[in-house]
Amino acid sequence: MAIIFYMASAIAVIATVMVITRHNLVHALLYLVVSFLAVAIVFYVLGAPFIAVLEIIIYAGAIVVLLIFVIMMLNLRQESVAQEKQWFSGKIIIGPLILASILLVEMLYILTSGEPAGLSENMIEAKAVGMSLYGPYVLGVELSGILLMSGIVGAYHLGRQKKKVTHRFLEKKEE
Amino acid sequence: MNVIPAEYGLILASVLFTLGLVSLLIRRNIIFMLISVEIMLNAAGIAFIVAGSKWAQPDGQVMFIFILTMAAAEVSVGLALILQMYHQLKTLDSDAANKMKG
Repeated sequence: MAIIFYMASAIAVIATVMVITRHNLVHALLYLVVSFLAVAIVFYVLGAPFIAVLEIIIYAGAIVVLLIFVIMMLNLRQESVAQEKQWFSGKIIIGPLILASILLVEMLYILTSGEPAGLSENMIEAKAVGMSLYGPYVLGVELSGILLMSGIVGAYHLGRQKKKVTHRFLEKKEE
Repeated sequence: MNVIPAEYGLILASVLFTLGLVSLLIRRNIIFMLISVEIMLNAAGIAFIVAGSKWAQPDGQVMFIFILTMAAAEVSVGLALILQMYHQLKTLDSDAANKMKG
């Protein structure tokens, strides 16, 4: 199982690097799907089969499809790729990359300086997750329901177009 | 069957989080910025799953489900905002929206 974990982690990291270096949005999203699938395999190996399924259904399914729908609605043309190339020039990358990699090295040092610990081998089944979700965390479930509701209302309100059709009595006379 | 060290899972989470952070900093296209936020949220979720696997408790998975819910709500509102911004400014450049008065 360990070799599967390492391979899936390598694929996840490589696919994410490809996501952040693409100029074309659709190519980036396809690599993002690969990255999510690799992470789902990591979850399965770590003993979370239910979360692996959720990762594929919601992240690789719903969220990526939502992004693709919006890209289709925006109807971006070939110019957008050239424009993205122009925005994403080589000089911009250096500063953030150096600063973020210093932070990464610090975090890796902190993570590896402690006592080494192995992960437990046993799977945590969906039943245990469900018992925990509707037991001690039931308030969190209610609150996420409210969060999703407000997300729907907010998305509807923000995405609404200006009303173009007015009542015939209120229309300006054209003649 | 050899045991996977818990540090490696956390290292994977940190690397993915840093990649998302770098992408958020270097991109000007606002859809790419939203994608990088998704990558960072996913990396945070990996850390929760690794911790849950370390202690053999389901709490980490419960937290991942909450992160998933938040990511779904966030991406729907964010995409609605992007659509609205594109209708008003006709560009995906995040620098174009730096004035308070649209």
